[in-house]
Parts: sequence; C-alpha cells; structure tokens
Amino acid sequence: MPETLDNLMMGFATALTPVNLLYALIGVALGTAIGVLPGIGPAMAVALLLPVTYGLDPAGAFIMFAGIYYGGMYGGSTTAILINTPGEAASVITAVEGNQMAKRGRAAQALATAAIGSFIAGTIGTLLMVFTAPVMVSLALTFGAGDYFAVMLLAFVAACSVLGKSRVRGFASLGIGLAIGLVGLDSTTGQSRLSYGVPQLADGVDVVIVAVGIFAVGEALWVASRLRRTPAEVIPVGRVWMGRDDWKRSWKPWLRGSFMGFPFGALPAGGSELPTFLSYMLERRLARNPGEFGRGAIEGVAGPEATNNSSAAGVLVPMLTLGLPTTAVAAVMLTAFQQYGLQPGPLLFEREPELVWGLIASLFIGNAMLLALNLPLAPMWARLLRIPRPYLYAGILFFAAVGMYAVNASALDLVLLLLLGLLGFMMRRFGLPVIPLVIGVILGPMAELQLRRALQLSNGSPVGLVESPLSIGVYAVIGLLLLWPLVRLAVRGAAGGGAGPDARREDTGPEADREAEARPGV
Amino acid sequence: MPTPARSTRGPAGLRLGALAASALLAATALTACGTGAQQEGAPLAGLRIMVPNAPGGGYDVTARNAARAMEDAGITGNVEVFNLAGAGGTVGLARVVGEAGNGELLMSMGLGVVGASFTNDSEATLAETTPIARLTQEADAIVVAADSPYQDLGDLLEDWRADPGAVAVGGGSSPGGPDHLAPMLTAEAAGIDPADVNYISYDGGGELLAAVLGGQVAFGVSGAAEFMDQIEAGELRVLAVTSAEPAQGLDGVPTLQDEGLDVDFVNWRGLVAPPGLDAEDEQALSEAVEELHGSQEWKDILETNGWTDAYLPGAEFGEFMDSETRRVDDVLTDLGLL
Repeated sequence: MPETLDNLMMGFATALTPVNLLYALIGVALGTAIGVLPGIGPAMAVALLLPVTYGLDPAGAFIMFAGIYYGGMYGGSTTAILINTPGEAASVITAVEGNQMAKRGRAAQALATAAIGSFIAGTIGTLLMVFTAPVMVSLALTFGAGDYFAVMLLAFVAACSVLGKSRVRGFASLGIGLAIGLVGLDSTTGQSRLSYGVPQLADGVDVVIVAVGIFAVGEALWVASRLRRTPAEVIPVGRVWMGRDDWKRSWKPWLRGSFMGFPFGALPAGGSELPTFLSYMLERRLARNPGEFGRGAIEGVAGPEATNNSSAAGVLVPMLTLGLPTTAVAAVMLTAFQQYGLQPGPLLFEREPELVWGLIASLFIGNAMLLALNLPLAPMWARLLRIPRPYLYAGILFFAAVGMYAVNASALDLVLLLLLGLLGFMMRRFGLPVIPLVIGVILGPMAELQLRRALQLSNGSPVGLVESPLSIGVYAVIGLLLLWPLVRLAVRGAAGGGAGPDARREDTGPEADREAEARPGV
Repeated sequence: MPTPARSTRGPAGLRLGALAASALLAATALTACGTGAQQEGAPLAGLRIMVPNAPGGGYDVTARNAARAMEDAGITGNVEVFNLAGAGGTVGLARVVGEAGNGELLMSMGLGVVGASFTNDSEATLAETTPIARLTQEADAIVVAADSPYQDLGDLLEDWRADPGAVAVGGGSSPGGPDHLAPMLTAEAAGIDPADVNYISYDGGGELLAAVLGGQVAFGVSGAAEFMDQIEAGELRVLAVTSAEPAQGLDGVPTLQDEGLDVDFVNWRGLVAPPGLDAEDEQALSEAVEELHGSQEWKDILETNGWTDAYLPGAEFGEFMDSETRRVDDVLTDLGLL
C-alpha cells in the first residue's frame, strides 16, 4: 500500500501544474455544458469532445478527459432535477425526487446535494479503485448470470413498495413498462418482437426516451390541460443553500451511495441503473419520514446521485486492470487511451505507470473542479424555474425534443417521444403511478437477458439459478423481505392487540402520500 | 503524430444541436491556439463517413482512423464521421441505399452488417450499394481461461462432440454476427449439428472477456485482437484461430485447418458508397481510398491497432461481398434462423 501511495503522489506531481489545472477546468466546463443537453449522456459527450484533446500532451489530455467524463455524468442530473428530463439512464431515478424538490422551490438544494454527493462518491469511488482494484476484479469475474438474475429479482421485490395506493394500477403501470421493454430484437434467438417491421425499433426503445416522454412530455401536457383552471403560480425559489437539516439528511445517503455504486460499476454487466434504483429503495426504507418520498425527499436525490458517480469510478476498474470496456463510455475511453499508445489491460500498470497514475490523479482533480464549478451555479440554475409556466414548459418540450433527436438523429424517436408523452398524460389522468413503468423498462430486459443466459449456461436446468453462494444469499434476503410482514403480524398477534392501531397507521400513512406521487402535475 | 492542425477538426465528429456546436467551437478555439486549417487544394472536400453503430465499436474505430489518416495524408479535406446506429447496422444501410447518387458519403461496414441484414429482414441490401474497398480483416480466436481443463482443441472437440449442449460457447455478437458464425462453421466442420450448439451472445467484447475469464462459458470466440493483451498476460489460452493463415501476433497457434477442420473464416471491414454514383464520383472515392491504403499514416494505424491489411478494390470487393452473403445465408438457413 505505501507503494500505491507513492505512485499516486507521482501521479499528482504530473497532474498538478497550472496549465493542467486550466485543462481540468475547461474539461469540466465542457463536459457539464454538453451533458446538460438532454439525450447526450457521458458516452456521447466524451465521443464528441475527444477530438478536442488530440492536440495536447498525454497528461493534459487525460486531465481534460477526466473532467469531461465526470462533467458529463453530472450534467445529466441537472436537467433531471430542473426540468424532469434525465440526460442519461443513470439519472432517471434522480429525476423522480429531484424534480419534486424543484417544484417545491428546493431546486438549489437538490442540485447542491447532487453536486456534493457526486464529489464525495467520485472521490471515494476513485479511492476504492486505487486500493481494491485487484480484489474487485476477481470478485466481479465470479459474478455469473444466475447472480445477476437474483439481484434483479431483489430489485423487482423492492419495486413493489413504489406501486402506490392502488395495487392494480401499480401493476398495470409495471406491466406497460415490461411490455415496452420487450420491443426489439431478442438477443438469444434473433427474432424481432413488437417492432412491426420498423428497423429503428430493432434495438428496443431507449430508456431515456421513455423517461423523458413519460416524465417531461407527459407532465407538460398535463400542466397544459389544467392551465386555465389553476391559478398561474410561479414556482417559488426558496433558500439558496442547503440548510443544517439538509446536510444532516444527506451525508448518510452520500456515503451509502458511494459504497453501493462502486461494486456495480465494476461488474461486467452492472451498469448504473440498477444500483441507483436500489439506492433509492434503500433510502426510502431507511428515511426518517418515508412519507416524504414522492414529494421531494432530499435523501432520494443524494443517494442515487452518489451511487451513479461511484459506479462511474467502478467502471474504470475492469477497464484499467483487464482492458474490459463494460459500458459505452468505457469503450469510447478505450479509444481515447489508444490515441496515446496506451493499451489498457493486464499489463498496463507495469508498462505505463506514469500515465496511469497521472490519469487516476486527474480523476481526483476533475472531481474537485466539478464541485468548485457547479456548487456556485446551483442557485443560478434554480432561478430558471421562475420563468412563467407556459414558457417554461414550452422550453422543456423544446429541449426534450432536441435532446432525443440528438441521440440517434432519428425522426422516429420524436414520434415515440410524443406517443410516450401521451401515454404519460393518460396515466396521470387516470391516476396510474409513472415510476413502476420506468422501472419495468429498466429492469425487464436486463432480468430477461440474465435469466435466459443463466438457463442457457446450465443447459436448461433451473438449478443453474441457485448455484453460487451469492445467489443463494440474495434469494434468502428476498424470502425474508416477502415473509417479513407475516412474521411481524405473527409477532404482534402473539403480543396482543395493543400494537394493532399503530401498525395500521404506519401502513396507510405513506400510501396516502403516494397518491400525490401518481399525479406529479397536481 | 497528433499535429495541432488536427484539433481544428474538433466539432466535425458528430452532429448536434447548435448549443453543443458553439460550446465545441469555443473549446477548439482554445486548444487550437492559432493553427490554421489546411484544406486548400484537397481533391475531395466535404466527404462524410457514416458509422452504422455506436461510438467505440469496430466500425467506428475504423472510420475515425481512416478519416484521420486521409486528412493527415492530405488526400481529402476535413472528413466528418457520424454515427447512425440501429439494428446491427441495417438502419445505416437503409440510409446509404436511400442516398442514391450522393458521391460524398461512405459507410464503414463489415461482415456483421451482412448477417444483420438477414436477421433484421432488411429491405435494403449490400448488393445495392457501390462497393469501394475492403480494408482490413481479422481472424477469430478460440480461447479458454488459463485454468480451463482444455489444453488443446482436441480436448475441447471431444467434450463438444459428446454433449454440445453442455459446452457453452460465448461470443461478442448477436445471432447472425461474426462471432456467432465462427463457432457454427467450426461445429459443422467437426460433425456437430450447428442447431445443437449452445451459443450465448454477450454485449460486446468486454462482457464476453469477463465471462471467459470467470469460467462462465466453456470457451469464447471473438476477434483475436480483443484477446491479445490477456493472451500475452497468460490469463487466456488460445486453442486455434479460424483463418486459413496463422494470425498476426499469434505465431505458433494452430489454425482450424491445421487441426483437421475445414474452416476458413475471417471477419472483415470495408467501405461502401450509395448506389447510382456518377462514374466520376465513384472513381474519385475509389482513388481516395486507394491512396489511403498506400499512405504511411494508414500503415501506422494498421500496426497500432493490430489489424491485418486486406485491401480489395471496388468490383472484386463486390464479388467478395456476394460470396460472403451466400455463405451467411447458408449458415443461417441451416440453423433455422431464416
């Protein structure tokens, strides 16, 4: 470990010069600017800005690059919070609570907790990468399809608690989401499903388009339909900074998110959607006042935002140590490294210690820059919301449409966006909660893929699903979660009727609140 | 190698809204620091190369490298590379076929697009395009983890023949793609019914590598370059390569033909243009690509990326694509996928 520290110091020595700090600042600013555009996730931001770094020396280029990467990750959450338009899949969950906070005049706090959480998680994630990379990699490699499926199943069980007051409506919404997730070419057999011969649908519907359509467009339509009947109120811009209570409620989710996202990022098929969603569910369960979830609970922003940044650091683990690009961003970064003759892989640390440690140091610097740049900007962004509603929502529709078109330059995506917007409007009209739908779209295809892969690997035998200790452990947790209410009931029953009314109040409280969540436009 | 002049190309990479473009312009102005664009006298101006899949993929890397080499060698002015991903490349294929007569557009493509046009039941076909040139080729490698019981191909074939379903094969492409075709052809040559092969498709090379290293699948099949570093580090063992000739950088590794299996399979990449070009336009494109092939810049790129040169110009490339199309058709028909 002392050797690791020495190396890290050497990296900082390379990275910490005034010119390189300037590059870091430029990288962060550009990454944030591009990432803010909805539909342009970190992968696209990095690919777009790659040519900018060509003229620089390797150290400068990597520093700018780290800034772009983390800046792009962060930029996506800004639009998610402000206008309910997540820039990429990783910030879909951020939009859920973040936008509710913004509607209640707490946009500045939501942006601040996202910025600080991203910084803390990014730093912890990068530290974890430095010190645990070899261990993480060997763990990640033992993670098989059966284990993934067990974790997905856990996520589905957790999702039951966001179904809302009416179970039927909740399951209907989840079902619609699962159906949307089925669209496209089946990767096991190559058969197309629900794509009606449209080639653009062969790869399925992008979860970002679903989220933006259902969240942003659906809500704009809902607001428009009620504009004449409700008084035109401007969204209040409350306090500018995070209060004491905000800090108190945020720091634990930040830390939990930091440790939750990293291992998922390091997994070959972990990604960032699953851990952000699990983090959201965890914070909801641990929160002092779970009833606030769905109406702008700061924990619901702090946790997922920290999680997605530390998973971004986790992604670098298999890439640097094995040369495995596990996400689109990593694949683009790999190309960038190769520009400098750097071939990530098992031999990288031996061959190019100076560049690698320079890169790692740059990640720390980029992260710190990002905080320095974005924290002062938070109150300014928040003032955007003072625009009167007709103009604000017109702007949201414009940015959502531009962003979705930019993803694939496909007119069909705009049609899809509008159709999904209409669906979102109808769901609000009839009181269907929208979150289960998005969860269905995220989890459905992943769970299907891993289940079928696991069964294929075991040649059709269901035993393949419960072969590793990890999957058995996860199934045990699932069993416990499902049986817990029964156990509690039995315990209470044995203890006498005293606890009865209490328990009932606890059960109805949050659910009544969730009705509001089903109609975020109200 | 990276000259400052190149940074003026910054914003040409992908299309975007005006906002992003202005941010980029600001950035390039900062990094370019007073270098001028050198496009005067370039014979081909306004050339665009479409990549029919996402940034970071094989066609993307080929297109971006080719564009850079053409600019640096002064063959063309600025070349814009853009991505139009979807349906294994057939969305891009449809676009190229739809742009009949456009002499300023090229599409980076390869064997994967041939397979995808079958599995996606694409209306547009490669036969309609104007073939410009095949550029590179790469053998697939059959690999196992270092701790696998299979020491050579014979061990593997023994188990595979005994119970094809129990020996899972991992590949980095979906059904119809190169990594799917290679094990199917191998199985056929080894007397195993391809329909019995338990092929598991992974999303790209990274996920596949993890599955092979972690022993999730019995063996993996993908482009040899994907595995090179792990092979060198002793974490993977190569049992064979699928090409007729030994693969570059893998001297001493037997080919499938050495092992008595009649398979000659390589994954290739090339460039096609829209149909219905003027003879003049077609010649200009072909000459530019021929010049690219002869340039030192391109040779360096082949070397850095470990690609094998497989230059095959216009008409011959067209015939080659025809024969590849028939071969893919045969395999997929045998499998009942068509």
